[in-house]
Amino acid sequence: MSCSLFQIAELDEDRHFELSDYQGPVARWCSGCGDHSVLTSVQRVLAEADAIPERTVFVSGIGCSSRFPHYLRTYGFHGIHGRALPLATGVKLSRPDLDVWVVMGDGDCISIGAGHWIHAVRYNVDMTALMLDNNIYGLTKKQTSPTTPQGYSSNTQPYGSWLPPMNPLEATLGVTNASFVAQTAEWLPAHLFSTLRAAHEHRGFSWVRILQRCPHFTADIFGDAVKDPSRVELLVHDDGITAPGLDRIIEHRTAHDPSDIDAARRLAEESDRLRLGLFFRDESRPRYEETRHLPHLTVDDKLAALEKELDRHAV
Amino acid sequence: MAMKLDTVDPAGPRDDAPDAARRIRTTDHSVEIVSDSGEGAQKCGQIFGAVSAKMGNGVWTVEIIPAEVEPPPRSIAGASGIRIRLGDRPVTNWGDETDLVVAFNEQVLLGRHRLGGLRKGALVLLEDMWASHPDDTIRAQWEEALEELTGAGYEIVLVPMEKQCLTVVDSARRGKNMFVLGMLCRIFSRDIDRAKDQIAGVFEKKSEEIVRRNFELLDLGYAWAAENLDVQFDVPVMDTDRDMVVMNGNEAIALGAVASGMEMAAMYPITPATSVSHSLGEMFQRFGGVLHQAEDEIAAAGVAIGASYAGRCAFTITSGPGLALKTEFLGLAVMTETPLVLVDVQRGGPSTGLPTKVEQSDLLAALWGQPGDAPKIVMAPATIEECFHVMITARRLAELFRAVVIVLSDANLATGVAPFPRPIADSSWFAGPPDQSPVADGGRPYDWDDRTGRSDRFVPGRPGGMHTVTGLAHDEGSKVAYDSAINQRASAMRARKIASFGSTLEPPPIHGDDAGDLLLVGWGSTRGAIEEAVDRARADGLAVSSTHLHFLSPLQPGLAEIFARFRRVMTVEINYSDDPAAPFVTDENRRRGQLATVLRSATLVDVDCWTRVLGEPLRPGAIERAIHERLDRDATPAEPGDDR
Repeated sequence: MSCSLFQIAELDEDRHFELSDYQGPVARWCSGCGDHSVLTSVQRVLAEADAIPERTVFVSGIGCSSRFPHYLRTYGFHGIHGRALPLATGVKLSRPDLDVWVVMGDGDCISIGAGHWIHAVRYNVDMTALMLDNNIYGLTKKQTSPTTPQGYSSNTQPYGSWLPPMNPLEATLGVTNASFVAQTAEWLPAHLFSTLRAAHEHRGFSWVRILQRCPHFTADIFGDAVKDPSRVELLVHDDGITAPGLDRIIEHRTAHDPSDIDAARRLAEESDRLRLGLFFRDESRPRYEETRHLPHLTVDDKLAALEKELDRHAV
Repeated sequence: MAMKLDTVDPAGPRDDAPDAARRIRTTDHSVEIVSDSGEGAQKCGQIFGAVSAKMGNGVWTVEIIPAEVEPPPRSIAGASGIRIRLGDRPVTNWGDETDLVVAFNEQVLLGRHRLGGLRKGALVLLEDMWASHPDDTIRAQWEEALEELTGAGYEIVLVPMEKQCLTVVDSARRGKNMFVLGMLCRIFSRDIDRAKDQIAGVFEKKSEEIVRRNFELLDLGYAWAAENLDVQFDVPVMDTDRDMVVMNGNEAIALGAVASGMEMAAMYPITPATSVSHSLGEMFQRFGGVLHQAEDEIAAAGVAIGASYAGRCAFTITSGPGLALKTEFLGLAVMTETPLVLVDVQRGGPSTGLPTKVEQSDLLAALWGQPGDAPKIVMAPATIEECFHVMITARRLAELFRAVVIVLSDANLATGVAPFPRPIADSSWFAGPPDQSPVADGGRPYDWDDRTGRSDRFVPGRPGGMHTVTGLAHDEGSKVAYDSAINQRASAMRARKIASFGSTLEPPPIHGDDAGDLLLVGWGSTRGAIEEAVDRARADGLAVSSTHLHFLSPLQPGLAEIFARFRRVMTVEINYSDDPAAPFVTDENRRRGQLATVLRSATLVDVDCWTRVLGEPLRPGAIERAIHERLDRDATPAEPGDDR
């Protein structure tokens, strides 16, 4: 996690934390909202990793899911719509010692923040980015999002969404320097937890799409899959994501080596079933914050360096 | 350090010089070199300016930049070049018209002539190769241009630059500028060895062969001028033993940022701000820091805010269109009280406007550009030297007040080059490491001090300080506010810290007498031109003074009291205002200069304005005329009913 960009005091690795150390005020999301499940999973991942609360930063944009940092007892930056990724990039570039997470919704990440999403994938800064995708704008009361299924009606497109939805997995896998791309679902907590843990452990930019229901506006979209596990297909591999207990529930499985980008792109294409699992992982990709090894100067060194710069302009 | 020119003929001022003497002493002389893009006129002028500065002249150079990288050759609008104003004292602005022009072709010369940049009677040294060019069209253009130029009363000398250069090199395109530099060294008695030192420095990374060839061309130009030109100018030098540095305003900003201890700049390329990042890209590699070229202007602001939030104050650099894009993020920084320095190198606007030209049109956008009330600190350096120091102050203020600090530079400072006293580096300039001390029990992330509005910041890493900052209205604990009273108090606290900083400022000094008929008020890069105009008008016996504001928010104190001592107050700015006599313009609906608008609102004084948006720095002569006109208007009161 650490890198040589800036030197920061060594971390105290010997501290241990409980789930309750990460729990903030009671979340104000609607009952039945998938955000609750993601919050619990994230807290479990933090506890298991003994993440030091004051060295953990959650950055979010705007939307229901972006309230996330308020419900944790870590540092948090609840930013503006679509712009969580630049904020998080600044935090990590400036302080590589911090453990940075980003929480976005579908509108946040791939609509208003689309430019930042594409470039964040390429920068591959070491952080864990979650897109909580409920296929709709919830906070503003049911407007079409880029992932709203074609024909699904909303307040802005009452006769149904005109266009086929964007496939953010395909797009992410298409960006040069992608290093971790996974998809999971909030109604499968074991898979969700395993995916988040793998994403957190990954060194580089981990991008996870979490399919989730909005109880008010898209309760039906993933309803079939919740009731009928045969609508779901798991990507399985020794290097992939394993979730204990899922074997008994989900029968469809596809062997997929997460180092195979071509196979990952094929599997990301539209299918009758929802494919969950690790599509791609490559830790050898260059991480932006590590591409420069810069000198750490003392105050005296800096003064001397400044004099040298002034010498260049001396007359 | 300065070399005294004790061989000057006592020829007196230029206008009285007898033709025979041709060795002319002048205390103020402007030289222009214009060419097609890529012919090296700017490099030539920069070296000439640096040599002149080293010899002890006051120098101000300003680049003449076409909007395109490579405009069509020989085009009137494509003039690329540089103007160097020399003086016998520190030069603070680009002056009025040019006294001597070297032109690589007649079309770019025509361009400068038509813009009114050249003094009547100016000496013009013009490349003669076009007169005998095989292309009929070019010869026709030459003849037509020469007719227009001759009619304008210039003293035109044809110079066989190309022919001369070809005696030394195979292609003159990349060498003519050194020949011209040689001519100028002769005309202004510049020390040829200093010029060679400078050339060797500039071409440090090139081969010895290239340096040697440039020396040869330099000597050739010098010799040609000695044999063929019968005129020389002497601009007396200052005797100074102060260490000086010379750079442009963007370089000064970059150096100031490094000197302030800032370790991150996030930007997206935009003229005329970009060259700050060129300097930083080099310097951060040596100092330890990151120049982040973001995917867009918005992201650049976000990355800088993220870095500042994490405890290392960062800055972002932009120009007008980028300032517009960063607006929402500026609001977030204000609301979360995250330190941020934003440098806006202003250009002509609105929209894409005049990308390479100067304007001061972003003041109101900087002050009021964010929806909602977003108080922040806005400051404007007036000189290249101040571009350096402003960054150190800006970083400190941003951190001390958890505030957004906008620094308004402009294209005039960005590309102007002038010597200034070498800063004495001080370790107290550098930012300290991020505060990682534990937060005391019960500490709150916005524990506003009622008197000052200030609060201690909980940077990530501080044990016990965990909280979430938010752009939503929030209380002292950063909890989202659902109580109307807290929004009123939080708004007051964000305003109060700016006001409390304002209470530490001094009233601006007055240039000239403390009272009189007319006070000019300026801000930013225009100070040199305004003060020069005031000095000339005062020499004519007019009771005019000027003052210059460095802080636009909060305003420096005492303005109303100062204004009350003058019969008239008038801002001088490079932004648009309506001519009061224009159709439909009334005293109520008149668009006024941006500072004038602010000052009228702040002081309730009837502040007038004189502004121009000609895409060039203000000329002292034009300001001087405006002073006379303003006072004349008072001398002949308007008829009743006249809405002026």
